[in-house]
Amino acid sequence: MNAAMLEYDFMRHAFAAAGIVAILSGLVGYFLVLRGQAFAGHALSHVGFAGATGAILIGASPLAGMLAVTTLGGVLMGALGEKLAQRDIAIGVILTLSLGLGLLFLHFFTAYATQATALLFGDVLGVSVNTIYQLLLLTTVCLTILAVISRPLLFASVSPELAEAKGVNLRRQSLIFLGLAGLTTAACAQIVGVLLVFALMIGPAAAAQRLTTRVIPGLALSAGLALAQAWTGIALSYLTDWPASFWIAALSGGTYLLTLALIRN
Amino acid sequence: MSAIDLAQVTIARGGREILRNISVNIRRGEFVGVLGPNGAGKTTLFRTILGLQPIQSGRLEVFGAAPRRGNPAIGYMPQTRIGQTGQNLRGFDILANAANGHHFGLPISSRVIRDDVAAALQAVDATELAARPIATLSGGQRQRLLLAAALLGSPKLLLLDEPLISLDPAAQASIIALIHRLAETRGLTVLFAAHDINPLLGVMDRVLYLSGGNAAIGAVDEVVTAAALSKLYGADIEVIRAAGRIFVVSDTADHHHECGHA
Repeated sequence: MNAAMLEYDFMRHAFAAAGIVAILSGLVGYFLVLRGQAFAGHALSHVGFAGATGAILIGASPLAGMLAVTTLGGVLMGALGEKLAQRDIAIGVILTLSLGLGLLFLHFFTAYATQATALLFGDVLGVSVNTIYQLLLLTTVCLTILAVISRPLLFASVSPELAEAKGVNLRRQSLIFLGLAGLTTAACAQIVGVLLVFALMIGPAAAAQRLTTRVIPGLALSAGLALAQAWTGIALSYLTDWPASFWIAALSGGTYLLTLALIRN
Repeated sequence: MSAIDLAQVTIARGGREILRNISVNIRRGEFVGVLGPNGAGKTTLFRTILGLQPIQSGRLEVFGAAPRRGNPAIGYMPQTRIGQTGQNLRGFDILANAANGHHFGLPISSRVIRDDVAAALQAVDATELAARPIATLSGGQRQRLLLAAALLGSPKLLLLDEPLISLDPAAQASIIALIHRLAETRGLTVLFAAHDINPLLGVMDRVLYLSGGNAAIGAVDEVVTAAALSKLYGADIEVIRAAGRIFVVSDTADHHHECGHA
């Protein structure tokens, strides 16, 4: 690999930001895929788009707007119950509504067309040091929460009736987890954009769950794949001058398709 | 000494009385078949014993104490099966998680828990099955894993909610023999919900019949009679015994369907 790319500040920032977010996305994504809530995660990112554009409109930080709205959206989805979070049509409606709303906010603030592209498709090469610190803080908070709830979350996800009988509060697990998924989505969108959060949150986790039947290796593999794909994507973007988000999405999708072809269940 | 004691218990769910004023006493070490049509309250009764469903009136004691969530004395096999999600996970990891999943922390398990899981798997002869992703297991194999999950923590009471559903006769016979052997060797009290009484003849000590909010408990010959069941169902029920089997039949088509037959 071309070591010269690390001489640029923007490249070092890109690797740092993408690395932080990839690990978080891989771990939270593992549970999203396990719970069959991948589509809910995708919808959250679109809700985040409306939040970010709304924040721009009122002069606030897009990341703050996105965080507020995705977390709220996740908690709401969780509060409405597992069943809603898995209901395609309700989620699809929320998704389109949010994207439309985001578009309307942008319409009122036409000067920010480049910002729209950055929100939708990510702008990993434009990450500031400040953003890296924000992402680091966010990731630390999210991973701490995940570390505390991961065991009952797994129980509630895989054997809900047993978990309930053992005293696990299913509603609370769902609520906390989707709130966490909302935060992760907002972080992830900083790197690959709201339209491509699947690339880091779902692709690596889905591939990892095909590659191992064990939980801890699965989590490690999911985070590892997300990290490898994010960093390779950025490096390829440097070498080819194509968008990093494209490369990350291509690597994520390609890896998953490869596991489909190689491993038959 | 009783394992479960219900005295004039009424259980309502969503404003509807599921079980009305029922009194049932189950002794320790008893194997009780729980029969009755769909919606008669078998699952509701189990959820009440587990402390998930409050009682409206009456008194319920489980091993001499009020029911409480997470009671380690109870092993539960729910009717909705594990494996709706997490199909690609291996059985061992699912069981290890079930052993301590109600505690906060990372999904890792101690030596003690892994030993407990290994012992439970061995008790149901599923050690090899547990290495495979559950998506690749048959219905009977999954039931064995669920039974192992119910045995974790060495409970004194097993609540088994329709473990025979969607199993072929050979798999049914093998799971019943397994549960019966475990109950005998460990002195377990077993409540075994089933749709059809015939597979349980010969292993159960008594039968608990639920229908229309009422309950009847006793030996099979006392409870599964035309007179007793007609009273319970509030409809004309015929009981036919032939070739060592019991057929519960009613004139109305839906009852015929619900009562089950071999």
